[in-house]
Amino acid sequence: MSNTTITPNDIISKAESLRNNLSTGFRDEIVKSIYSEAEKVANRAVKTATDKRYDLDQKIDRLVTSPITGLPIMLLLLGAIIWLTVSGANVVSNAIATVLFSLGDLGRNLFTQIGIPWWLTGFLWDGIYLGLAWVISVMLPPMMIFFPAFTFLEDLGYLPRVAFNLDWMFKKTGAHGKQSLTMAMGFGCNAAGVVATRVIDSPRERLIAILTNNFVPCNGRFPTLIMLATVFVAAAFPPALTSFIAAGTVVGVVLIGVAFTFLMSWLLSRTVLKGEASAFTLELPPYRKPNIGRILYSSIIDRTIFVLWRAMQTAAPAGAIIWILANIHLGDSNLARMIADWLNPFGLLLGLDGVILLAYIIAIPANEIVVPTMMMVYMGAGMMINGPSSNNAIFDLLVNANGWTMLTAINLMLFALLHNPCATTVITIYKETKSYKWATLSVVITLGTAFLVTFLTASIAKLLGWV
Amino acid sequence: MTNTKINLPTEHCETCPAFTQLEQMGIKVGDFERVVALAGNPNTGKSTLFNALTGLKQHTGNWPGKTVTRAEGGYQFNNVKYKLVDLPGTYSLLSASQDEEVARDFILFGQPSCTIVVTDATALERNLNLVMQVMEITDKVVVAVNLMDEARRKGMEVDTRSLSRDLGVPAIPITARSGHGVATLLSTVAEVIEGNIPVKPMRVEGTPEFQMAVSELVPMIESMAPGIPNARWLAIRLLDGDSRVQKAITSGELSEIVSRQYREDVQFSKKMSVEGRQ
Repeated sequence: MSNTTITPNDIISKAESLRNNLSTGFRDEIVKSIYSEAEKVANRAVKTATDKRYDLDQKIDRLVTSPITGLPIMLLLLGAIIWLTVSGANVVSNAIATVLFSLGDLGRNLFTQIGIPWWLTGFLWDGIYLGLAWVISVMLPPMMIFFPAFTFLEDLGYLPRVAFNLDWMFKKTGAHGKQSLTMAMGFGCNAAGVVATRVIDSPRERLIAILTNNFVPCNGRFPTLIMLATVFVAAAFPPALTSFIAAGTVVGVVLIGVAFTFLMSWLLSRTVLKGEASAFTLELPPYRKPNIGRILYSSIIDRTIFVLWRAMQTAAPAGAIIWILANIHLGDSNLARMIADWLNPFGLLLGLDGVILLAYIIAIPANEIVVPTMMMVYMGAGMMINGPSSNNAIFDLLVNANGWTMLTAINLMLFALLHNPCATTVITIYKETKSYKWATLSVVITLGTAFLVTFLTASIAKLLGWV
Repeated sequence: MTNTKINLPTEHCETCPAFTQLEQMGIKVGDFERVVALAGNPNTGKSTLFNALTGLKQHTGNWPGKTVTRAEGGYQFNNVKYKLVDLPGTYSLLSASQDEEVARDFILFGQPSCTIVVTDATALERNLNLVMQVMEITDKVVVAVNLMDEARRKGMEVDTRSLSRDLGVPAIPITARSGHGVATLLSTVAEVIEGNIPVKPMRVEGTPEFQMAVSELVPMIESMAPGIPNARWLAIRLLDGDSRVQKAITSGELSEIVSRQYREDVQFSKKMSVEGRQ
């Protein structure tokens, strides 16, 4: 072979044979020597006055990233944000609901008086308007509190510290430490969390992060958890403790979600996505004083209004569909009731009921509308026309009229936590992975987990005679 | 980052001869003569420098990974038009994440005339890791040691002359926020491109077997693509099994880039000789 014609393949095969002769850690060696050279050069060039070295940042970091105090501080912060959200949202939510539902009454009466046909009045006011009113009163208040609080921590520079604290746990499950960052983003929106996984370099670890992101409840699902925790769990305690118990319950549910993230990451990295966790450098950026004006702007305009608008776009047609289903009468029943009855045996198996499953099917485009949809189906089945605007009324509607138990509430919280991602997130997963297989798997894994877990808790509860 | 409004030149700079020769060109980068890349870790003031030079208002994301694309703008210095490319902020160039790939591919395949690595004077050691990785790819590097004011406030003293000597490329102290040192940086970049300031980047040697392997591969790559400026780096990446580099070599992308670069060099030398005669 003459040496004048070297083809690309020659070079690549040569490189491969040379690589086999090298010690396996040669890459690490190079990286290590780059680091040690950088250290030497920097030490020669930089003179530090030692007394100023330990500034406030470092003192705070020692506390918030310490193995002993780091995790408790993290839980306290999470608890504080959720408590603020729960206690603040409750007040505003009732007020908004009262106003919106009485507006609905006004509109309906007006339409009836001027002789608009009953079906058009019903379709507009009991379908579309009621759907919108529900979504706004359930979602807007918690978002207005949660998003600014979350953005505050993000701008402060706390999120990388969370990653630092959780890194070792993710590593143990065979996942990437930066997954804690993408998980944190998931609290805002799972689709955003999926996009944020771009910071993870290894495709294997990135897929784990994508497939498990849905196990942390997004802002669309928080209101469901908050409502159930307030109406059911906290109702059993003295009123003074209500908001603390409710917040504690939601924190508990979030922790279950995090536990499932670890469990599923561990399972994935030992089965379909086998491999070792890769090392990475994580910089802890300096704490910055957050700009309150900017936080309010970006959390209210960019996040709250954006998410609410999306929810309203799905709530309006969903409200219309429910109204139609509830008003197509067949014999002495209606279509919504019939579908719910048909789903009921399966629902009961999971400790839920047919109406909840129907609500989940209608709410596939956006999880935010599950509770509103559920309420509307219950009400559409002939209970009441006006929306229940207080927690007592909700309790009354669910327990006394529709046979809910504590098991229904707990299992619905678990189901809300674990079930399939909303359509937007699934589409995002497809866009990021360019694969139908992974997008499908993301639904199968989460839905499978949700079915399995609720089935188990329901069976155990029944076996022990709790319900 | 509230303080993003920079006035360049500032009042006392008006009298400085170097500054009168800077003209911000915004996005009008039609017929530039040289390409300068801006690399650096996140939060080092890269975009502040970019905005100061081009007069643009690049938005900065505070999330690594949010910015996975590059921004371009132009400036004119000493009557030479430069295209300035702001690369995503990265801590390294070794991994396959999208932001690092954008930065790396541009330095490697975009063949900038010079790469400015913006570093944080208060965290020099971490920043130098990236500087050394950039120097593995290209010789034409100028290190801008930014945030000198913050370093002084923290009681740190940075000796840029020692830094230049160790690294083998110029290191210029700047404070991008106030514009301090920016003129020196620009004239240094020009001098490095013209070859008036010699550069001899410090490089990691590695084990003897590794050196042997590299020295066997480099001639092969050079004979396949004559004139390739970073054969050594390509060899290292091939030894590491980098699929992006393998693809660039097998698809002929590499040879094509080299020949294009060569054509530009010829044009450039012609132009220089014409200007020289005048």
